[in-house]
Amino acid sequence: MNFQHRHVLGIKQFNATELNFILDTAESFKEINTRKIKKVPTLRGKTIINLFFEASTRTRTSFEIAGKRLSADTVNISGSSSSVVKGETLEDTARNIEAMHPDIIVMRHGASGAADYLAKRMSCAVVNAGDGTHEHPSQALLDSFTIRQHKGKIAGLKVAIVGDITHSRVVRSNIDCLNKLGADVWLSGPKTMLPPGIERLGCKLAPSLAAAITDADVVMMLRIQRERQGKTLIPSLREYSRYFGLNEFNLKLARPDAIVMHPGPMNRGVEISSAVADGPQNVILDQVENGVAVRMALLYLAAGGENLVED
Amino acid sequence: MRNILIKNGRVIDPANKLDKTCDLLIEEGRVAKIGTALENDNAEVIDATGLLVVPGLIDMHVHLRDPGFEYKEDIISGTAAAAAGGVTSLACMPNTQPIVDNLAVCRYIISKAQEQGSANVFPIGSITKGLKGETLSEMGELKDGGCVAFSDDGLPVVSSELMRRALEYADTFGAPIISHAEDLSLVAGGVMNEGPVSTELGLKGIPWVAEDAMTARDIMLAELTGGHMHMAHVSTRGSIEMVRQAKARGLRVSCEATPHHFSLTDEAVRGYNTNAKMNPPLRSEDDRLAIQEGLQDGTIDAIATDHAPHSSVEKKVEFDLAANGIIGLETSVPLTLELVRAGLISETRMVELMSVNPAKILGVSGGSLAEGQIADLTVIDPDVTFTYSKEAVVSNSHNSPFLDRKMQGRAVLTIVDGSVVYDGLTS
Repeated sequence: MNFQHRHVLGIKQFNATELNFILDTAESFKEINTRKIKKVPTLRGKTIINLFFEASTRTRTSFEIAGKRLSADTVNISGSSSSVVKGETLEDTARNIEAMHPDIIVMRHGASGAADYLAKRMSCAVVNAGDGTHEHPSQALLDSFTIRQHKGKIAGLKVAIVGDITHSRVVRSNIDCLNKLGADVWLSGPKTMLPPGIERLGCKLAPSLAAAITDADVVMMLRIQRERQGKTLIPSLREYSRYFGLNEFNLKLARPDAIVMHPGPMNRGVEISSAVADGPQNVILDQVENGVAVRMALLYLAAGGENLVED
Repeated sequence: MRNILIKNGRVIDPANKLDKTCDLLIEEGRVAKIGTALENDNAEVIDATGLLVVPGLIDMHVHLRDPGFEYKEDIISGTAAAAAGGVTSLACMPNTQPIVDNLAVCRYIISKAQEQGSANVFPIGSITKGLKGETLSEMGELKDGGCVAFSDDGLPVVSSELMRRALEYADTFGAPIISHAEDLSLVAGGVMNEGPVSTELGLKGIPWVAEDAMTARDIMLAELTGGHMHMAHVSTRGSIEMVRQAKARGLRVSCEATPHHFSLTDEAVRGYNTNAKMNPPLRSEDDRLAIQEGLQDGTIDAIATDHAPHSSVEKKVEFDLAANGIIGLETSVPLTLELVRAGLISETRMVELMSVNPAKILGVSGGSLAEGQIADLTVIDPDVTFTYSKEAVVSNSHNSPFLDRKMQGRAVLTIVDGSVVYDGLTS
């Protein structure tokens, strides 16, 4: 199929056919990552800038490796070393970068809508690596890729997502992606972390953690940010763990062949016990591995896909 | 000064129970005569056939940004925008730099407006010195110097005790308190209305209760003190209902609503449109309808724009970082006429909301076309259609969510003190 999108800003822009096409494209790239020589010339001569205004190890490294394995020239700019600290606006930063003719900018930013903002002002492709609490499309795609890998399908599966829904861009992208691919998505978390109207995005609110997990095919745990404890949303990590943590006991409520996912970084002993995190049902490192293939697919498609021509 | 004879307009003057097609003669800066087939040899004649002739519009909630933020707006550009919008008098909020908490700034605004402005300007003094919410401003002196009301607009007065004393003290001098009702602990860093749209966009929401909780407190303080509490920019169904009940109980509570809150909802934020970011935020459709009901049944006394100019530097940024506020002086007439055309309010009610009542609340002249009155009046063409374009904006700033909107009806002639300050008829 012909990929018609210049930017990858969020799952919202894609229909099910396009999402499957991205996953299929990622499938074809996955094998490269286990070759002895992990490099193909696909994006040779292309410049990719990883513009990260928020700290990120996993996502930034994953995008960088994805770009390098496709032979693109990748440059990393992080928030602390950028001009932002000198008071430059995002628009000016973007225009300065654009003047150097990159082909793709991969951006992580703390403000929701920052990727849309950048895309409106740039002629090069923009790939959203997470904007505020809005979207994180590459994470949702790698999650779906991993589910498909282990379950052979996505349609009809019960997926439970547990944790701080309000502050999670991973959730917003995942609800949309899984919903479009036919999964049955259930959410659970303390009511202080469930934003109003979230079910309109295509999910159901479970009355309890147990109800969410029961008979689930996939249990996805979200990271609880440690700085949130003792303020207004949760009294303590201890209590959070007791009522919303996944452990080897409540995991038994899920289907015996259920997989356990986590976008990382994990707080062991808080949202997920070590027994589960290291247990036979976890696919957490598969997610990380698949992330590279999915991001290779996104970079390839954003650079033009089949229309890539050498000049 | 030339005499002006406005012929065959529909003169709407609710204060004098007048609504008929006739002529209006202005002589020596005053309304000299209203009647049919008037003649005057020395007057410039204006044909107002099909047009509305109303007492000059009064916008009781404007940020002129002068002194201190002249790059956004100044008294010259702001009053020119007012004139272009049919506004002959405005009250300006004290969050300038320096703040209107002393006589010097108050006098600066008044004298600059008199010397270089195109509209009457009435400063609103701050409730507290430096808008800090700690000690009362010298309201007596400010009132004597020309301030017509007191407000810490942009910020709530957090201390309930201080707000109580502000009401009592301001009432000593016959001035209303204008409350920006917002419980900041419930706002908690929110940047738009809390609801399904904020959830979808991943933007931090401000719940309706942030406004309602503070409105409840302020109305109770009005009851306790007997002072005049005017609620600025009501935006929620709950706060309007509380004002409705307060009025039924005979309390001295009044309120205003903005055209953007009765015209738009939080759906306008989609696309991270920073020109749809203001405080209070655009609310739900139910809230929008509640404002329209309040305008209909008299709960809401006034339409005020909360004209808040910001430069592109403050708006062309990430939504979280964008400044709150939009300009409004030039769009209040067409947006209010939408309500008239929808049959929600009459032209007479529109004039009450935009002229008669603001004059009463602030205790300023205007709001009437009685013979002998100073001739502040606005001529409105209710039929002319236009697209509100950036190029046509008179204000020094362009931060409006209504840019490129097709509109119908606008002020075509604005007369202040008997002089034409805006003429859209001949140009």
